[in-house]
Amino acid sequence: MTLTKPVPEPTPETRPFWDGTAAGELRLQRCTSCGHAYFYPRPVCPSCGSTAVEWFAASGLASLCSYTINYRPPASFGEPYAIAVVELAEGPRMMANIVGIANTPENLVLDMPLRVVFEERGDISLPQFAPAEVS
Amino acid sequence: MDVVIAGAAETDEVGVLPDRSALGLHIEAAVNAVADAGLRMADIDGIASVADPGPVAVAHALGISPSWVDGTGVGGTSFLLHVRHAVAAVRAGYARTVLITHGESGRSRVGTARRTLAASSLAGQFEAPYGTVGPTTNFTIPLLRYMKKYGLTEEQLASVAVAQRRWANLNPRAMYRDIISVSDVLASRMIAYPLHLLECCLVTDGGGALVVTAADRAADLPKAPVYILGGGEASEAPLISQMADFTSSAAFRRASASAFTEARLGPDDVDHVMIYDAFAHVPIYGLEDMGFCKPGEAGAFIAEGHTSPGGSLPVNTNGGGLSYTHTGMYGMFLLQEAVRQVRGEAAAQVPGVEVSMALGNGGMFMSSGALLLGKNP
Repeated sequence: MTLTKPVPEPTPETRPFWDGTAAGELRLQRCTSCGHAYFYPRPVCPSCGSTAVEWFAASGLASLCSYTINYRPPASFGEPYAIAVVELAEGPRMMANIVGIANTPENLVLDMPLRVVFEERGDISLPQFAPAEVS
Repeated sequence: MDVVIAGAAETDEVGVLPDRSALGLHIEAAVNAVADAGLRMADIDGIASVADPGPVAVAHALGISPSWVDGTGVGGTSFLLHVRHAVAAVRAGYARTVLITHGESGRSRVGTARRTLAASSLAGQFEAPYGTVGPTTNFTIPLLRYMKKYGLTEEQLASVAVAQRRWANLNPRAMYRDIISVSDVLASRMIAYPLHLLECCLVTDGGGALVVTAADRAADLPKAPVYILGGGEASEAPLISQMADFTSSAAFRRASASAFTEARLGPDDVDHVMIYDAFAHVPIYGLEDMGFCKPGEAGAFIAEGHTSPGGSLPVNTNGGGLSYTHTGMYGMFLLQEAVRQVRGEAAAQVPGVEVSMALGNGGMFMSSGALLLGKNP
C-alpha cells in the first residue's frame, strides 16, 4: 500500500502539455485545418485527420460534467473523493479532482463553474479544478 | 453460408474456484464445449481467446494446431467479436470449426498476472493521477449526467439489481439467489456514488467456451444448432473522459445497429436480451442504445418489471454480472445464457425464445460487440 499518489510520466507527444502545466498554463491542441480543439495530446486531429495541429493556452475555465465519489479510497487519498470529468470552455473534456470544496453530493452540482488550479506532485504540475468563485 | 454455434459450455462450476488457474479454467471450458458439440479436440482448426493466457497458450495446451488464430482483446466484450470473426473465417474457409474460450481467475487470481498500469500510458497520465482504481472509479462517472438529463431516480437504478436477482433466484448456479428489494439495494454500502454495493457486479472465477461451425457441418451433431443471425462491433474511447455522450454509448449503438442490419431484424423480433452489467446503469444504457426503449425510458421500464420473470422483455435471465457471476471479462457468459435460452435448456427458461440478442461491453464503455442468435436461419 503506497502513500504516494500516482505521478504521470510524459511521453514525447504529451510533453508540451506537461511543460504547459509547469508554466501555469493548461495547453490544448487545435487543428489549423478545421479549427477543432481537442484533448488528450496527440499529433493528429481526430475530427479531420490533419496533422497540422498547434498548441494554445486554454482559458482554464470549465464546468462540472459528471463525477463519482470513490468510497473505497486508496491509502494515498485517505478520505472518499470525487473523480470528475470537466468540460473545458474550449469544448474538450478531461478528468480531474475537485479541490477547494468538500467532495459531497450536496456541494458538487453538475454544471457548476470551475477553474483550473495546479497541484505540485512529484516533478509534475497536475491540473485540478476548483469552484470558479473560490479565489 | 449459415454459421452456427454447435457447442457451448461453462466450467463445471463458477464462483470461487481457488483450485483452478486461469489456464485450467480455459481447458475445462474448452473440453466441456467440444463435448457439448459432440466433437473431438482434433476437429478444432480455429482458435480465439483473449490474453492472458491467450489463444496460443490455449491451443497448445489442448493440442490444437490451428489454421486460424484470433487474439482480439478489447475487454469483456471480446468473445462477441470472436464469434463474428469466426463467422467470417468459416465463410472464407480459413477454418472449419472454431473454438472460442474464456477462463479467468478474477477472484482467486490463480495463474494470473498482476494488473499494472504504466505511468506513461494515456490512463497513467490522464486518469490514474486522479485516483482511478479500476472499473468502480471510472465506469461509474457518466451515470450522474444521465440521471440529471433524464431524471432517473435512485430507486429505478436500484430496480435493475432487484430484477436481476429475481432471475438469479431461479438459477441454482447463481452466486447470490435471495430475493432483494429496492430498499435493500439502497441500504447496501456506498461504493462509488451514486452506486451501492448491490449495484456493482460480483468478482468471480470461471470460464466458458463456444464451438462455431458451418450449419451443414452441424446438421449431424447432437445439439440443435444456434444460428448466428447477425453481429456488430464498435469501439469508442480509451479514456472515460472522451466518451462523446455520457448519456448514451456510441459503441453500443453502432454494434447493435450493425447486428440488426446484418440479421435484417429489429427490436420487435427479439424475445430475449442479454446486456453486459458490470454496474446497474449499464443495462439502462444498453436497452436504450439497442433500441428497445426510447432515451431516458429504460429505468422506468425495468422498475415496472418488464425485464423481470414474466415480463414482456426478459433481460439477463442468468442473474447477470450483478448476481450470477462476473469473472472480469463477462461477455462469454452473455453468450452462454443466450445459447441456453435459444436451445430451451436454461435454468430460468423463457418460453418460446426464437431470437436472443446479446450486447457486450469492453472496458468502460470503450468497446462493444452485439450478436443476434436464433433457433432458425
